[in-house]
Amino acid sequence: MTQGTLLRQITDHANRADPYPLYAELRKTPVSQQGDSLFVVSTYWEIKSLLHDPRISSDARNLSPQAAGSLPEQEEEESALPPAFLKLDPPDHDRLRRMTMRPFGPPHTPRRVHNMRGELGRIVSDLIDGFGDRDQIDLVDDFSYPFPVTVICRLLGIPREDEARFHSWADTIAASLDPDPDQDPGERRRGSQQARTELGMYLAGLIDERRSAPGDDMLSALVTDHSPDGQMTPMEVLSTAALLLIAGHETTVNLITNGMLTLLRNPDVLKRLRDEPRLAVPLMEELLRFEPPVQLLPQRTTLADIDIAGVTIPKGASVWLVLASGNRDPQRFPDPDRFDPDRKDNQHLGFGSGIHNCFGAPLARLEAQLALTELARRLDNPRLVEDPPPYRQNAVLRGPRHLNISLDSCRS
Amino acid sequence: MDGDGYLEWMRSEGRIVIVGASLAGLRAAETLREEGFTGSLTLIGDEPHEPYDRPPLSKQVLLGTASADRTLLPRRWAIDATWRLGVAATGLDMAAKRVRLADGDEVGYDRLLIATGVHARPWPHETEADLDGVFVLRTRDDAARLQRRLTSARRVLVIGAGFTGSEIASACRERGLPVTVVERAAAPLVGALGGVVGQVAAELQREHGVDLRCGLMVTGLEGDSAGRLRCAHLSDGTTVEADVALVSLGATRNTAWLAGSGLGAGPRGIACDAGCRAFDVRGIVTDDVFVAGDVARSPHALFGYQFLSLEHWGNAVAQAEVAAHNMISSSSERRPHLWVPAFWSSQFGVSIKSVGVPSLGEEILIAQGALAERRFTGVYGYQGRVIAAVTFDQTKWLEFYQRLIEGAAPFPPAFPMVDHRAEGLRPVPADFPDPSLPTHGPSVTLSGYSPTDRRVAFTPGRA
Amino acid sequence: MRLVVDLNRCQGYAQCAFLAPDVFAMHGDEALLYNPHADDAQREHVVRAAAACPVQAILVEDMGDATAPVREGLSGGR
Repeated sequence: MTQGTLLRQITDHANRADPYPLYAELRKTPVSQQGDSLFVVSTYWEIKSLLHDPRISSDARNLSPQAAGSLPEQEEEESALPPAFLKLDPPDHDRLRRMTMRPFGPPHTPRRVHNMRGELGRIVSDLIDGFGDRDQIDLVDDFSYPFPVTVICRLLGIPREDEARFHSWADTIAASLDPDPDQDPGERRRGSQQARTELGMYLAGLIDERRSAPGDDMLSALVTDHSPDGQMTPMEVLSTAALLLIAGHETTVNLITNGMLTLLRNPDVLKRLRDEPRLAVPLMEELLRFEPPVQLLPQRTTLADIDIAGVTIPKGASVWLVLASGNRDPQRFPDPDRFDPDRKDNQHLGFGSGIHNCFGAPLARLEAQLALTELARRLDNPRLVEDPPPYRQNAVLRGPRHLNISLDSCRS
Repeated sequence: MDGDGYLEWMRSEGRIVIVGASLAGLRAAETLREEGFTGSLTLIGDEPHEPYDRPPLSKQVLLGTASADRTLLPRRWAIDATWRLGVAATGLDMAAKRVRLADGDEVGYDRLLIATGVHARPWPHETEADLDGVFVLRTRDDAARLQRRLTSARRVLVIGAGFTGSEIASACRERGLPVTVVERAAAPLVGALGGVVGQVAAELQREHGVDLRCGLMVTGLEGDSAGRLRCAHLSDGTTVEADVALVSLGATRNTAWLAGSGLGAGPRGIACDAGCRAFDVRGIVTDDVFVAGDVARSPHALFGYQFLSLEHWGNAVAQAEVAAHNMISSSSERRPHLWVPAFWSSQFGVSIKSVGVPSLGEEILIAQGALAERRFTGVYGYQGRVIAAVTFDQTKWLEFYQRLIEGAAPFPPAFPMVDHRAEGLRPVPADFPDPSLPTHGPSVTLSGYSPTDRRVAFTPGRA
Repeated sequence: MRLVVDLNRCQGYAQCAFLAPDVFAMHGDEALLYNPHADDAQREHVVRAAAACPVQAILVEDMGDATAPVREGLSGGR
C-alpha cells in the first residue's frame, strides 16, 4: 500500500481500536514521507533522537506554508489564546514552563503532588462507592473522566460545578488536535476557535477573582507569583491555564481507561494486581509503553534539513513522532506486543522525552496507579461487556469513549 | 597452557584479585560474577570501608542532607568476595603473580585488576598542612571531619577552584558560611571548561556571595600558638583570615606502590590498551594485569588515539565493566573501552554537564541559550570538528551534541537551532590556559580534564 | 536502603523529586541531590521514583523481584 494510504488508515476512526498493526507497517520505513511536506517517524531510536534534537521546533510558525496547510489545526493570529508552552520553543517555552512549575513541583513546591495522595485516594473511593450495587458501569463516564477532572479542578482552583460548561470546550479543543485529513479543516477550526474564546473568557473571569482573592491553588499562584523570571502576562496565564485544564481533562482519562481495558484483557495480571498492589508501580510504566494516552506528536517541524535513517527531512516540514509506535519497536523492546508488567529496561516514550516531556506526568502516574489498584481491589469479577469498546474519534489522544464493565458486586 | 583450556579453567577456578575497593573495583567484581566467573575473588582496599559513592561527599554530605558514613554503593550483584579492607597494596611481583600488602601478607592471582584511583594532592608544605583546620576532601573520613568542622567554622578558605573546590564553596555558602576562594587561574573551572565558561562560573560564585580571588596563589598558611589555622597569605600580599582551609589542588594517581614492578605506571597513571590490559615499562601489553577507573590511561579512537585518563564516575563504571569482561574472555570476545567522556557537577543550584574533551577545544560556540542567563549549551571545536559540549541547566540537549562528537561533525555547527541567540553567531576562543603552565598545585598538568579538575593525563598535540 | 543515581544519565526530569521528596531534591531546575542512604520507611516512595525515572538512572539495592540489576554504565543511547 502507498504511504499516504497508511497515514489515512491510522487517522481513520475504523482503525482506532487497534492501530498497532498499522504502526508495525509504518516502522518498515522508520522515517516515511506521507505527503508533500509531512514526514512520519515511527521507530524508537529515531523518535528519541528527534525529541532531543535542537533543530526540531514545536512552534508552528516555523512550518513552511506548504506544510502548514497539511496540519490539523493552527494557532492563528486571530485565535483567542496565544500558544501555550507546549507549542513554543526555548527560551519562551523554558521560561513559561519554569514559571508554571513553580506552584506545581520541584524545586519550588516539591511536595504538592506528594501531598495530594490522600485526597486522590478519597476521590477514588467516593467514585467507586458511587457505583452502588449496579451490575454494570461505564468506566469512562462513571470514573475515568470525573476523577482527573475533579483533581485538575482542585489543583487549578476551578469550581467543580462549572464542569459542564468547560467540558464541551475542552472536548472541542482536544478534537481539534486530531489530525483527521477527511474533515473540513475550516469548519473544525471555527468550532475550536469559538471554544477557545469561550474558555478564555471563562478563565479570564476566574483569574480576576483569584487575583483579588488568591487561594492556594495553581491559578492563584500563576497570577500572583513573582518568580526570578518575572510574572506571566495575563494572556500567558490564560493560555497556560487552558493548556493545563485541557491536558488534565483529556489524557489521564485515557490512561486509566486504557489501563483497565488492558487489565481486563489480561486477567492474570488483574489478579496479581489485586493480590500485590505494589505491582501497580512497574505496571504503570508498562501501560505507558503499551497503550500510551498520547499516541503521537503531530506538532513538530524542522528548522534545517535533517538527515535521519537514510531520509532527508527538509527544512519547514511537518514531522509526526509516533510515540506509540516507538514503544512497540522490536529493535528496542523484546516481544513488544506482549503486555508484561515485569518488563525490565522499560525506557518508554509514553510521556515523551526531552524538554517537552509531559508536564503532568507525576500526577498522571499517581492518579492512574491509585485508580487501577483500587479498581482491581474493589470490583468483584469485572468483565468487559464489549471488546473492543467504542473509541473516541481522536487518533492522538486515543482512548475508549465508553468502557462498559459488568461486575458481580463492589467490595468496600 | 593453550588459550581455551586456560580460559575455561580461569573462569571456573582461577583467582582474580582486584586492588582498589571503590566504584570501579566493585562494579568490576559484580560484572565478573554476572558473567559467570566462579573462581576466587579478592578485593583489596586501603580504606577500611566497603565501596562507597564519592560524589555526595562534596555536596549532600557537606550540606548535612546525607551522612558521610552512609554513602555505601548499592550492589547490583552478589559478589561473594574476600575483602581485605583497611590494608593497602604495597607492591606487585608480576613474575610471581603476587600482590604485597601493607601488613606483610601476600595475595597470589591469576588475573589482576588495578583500580586504585587517586588521592587528593595535599598542601605542599607539610607543617602548614598539619595545622588544625587544613583539610583535603577525597574520602568519606575527610568529608566527615570537614562536615563536623563546618558547624563551628567562621570563614572557609577554598584553595583551588576546580569542580571539587567550587562544589565545596557552594555547599558552604548554602550553609551560610563566609567563603573565600583563591584560584591561580583567571576564573574557576578554566582548566576543565576554559575561560569563556569560567567567567560564568566566576559570576555565579560572586552572585552567591563567594569572596572569589582569581589570578592569585596562596603562598602560606599561618597557625596560632595552638597550631590552629589562623590565616592565609596570598601572592598579592594580602591576608585572608580563615579557620578552615580546604586544599583543592587536584589529585594524584595511586601508582607509587607499583614502583619497580615493571608495570607501565607513573604519576600520570597506568597505561593500558583499549581493552584495559596494562602495558609494562617496555610498552608490551600484559596478559594478566588489567586497569580501570581513575588510575587508568588508555587510547581513545575519537581523540586521535591519544591516551585519555578520566576522573569520571561514569568512566569508572564503564571501564570496570569492560575490564572485567575482558579478564575472562578470549581475545576475539574482548571489547574496547570506547566511552565518550562525560561528567557532571552541581554547584550554586546549577547542573553543569559535559561530554567529550572540552580542554582540547580551541574555540567555543554558544549554540543555545545565553551565558548571561546561566542557561546555555557551549560547543567546543578542535581542528574543524566538534570535540566537546558543555551545558548549564540544559541537560536535555546534551545527547544531541554527543552524537555530533561521535560523528566528528564539522565545527562550528552550521544549522539553525531552537534558542540560538545572537551571541552564538560565531565561535570565540575557548580560552584554556596554556597546558604547559601549571594551573593547580605544584605539579605540571597537561591536558585532559575531570570533574574535580585534577588534570593529569596525556600530552595534547598542540602542547 | 542504599541507592545511587547515575547522574550522567540524569537529565533533570525531576520525577523522583516529585514522588519521593524526602529522598530526592532538586537544587535549581536540573541539579539533583539525593540521600544515598534512605530510611527504609521511604522504600515505597523510592521504588516509585526509580520506576518513574525516564532515563532509568536510579539504582536501588534490594528492590526485590521488581527490578533487575541496572546497567548503569550504559548511558542513554544505543
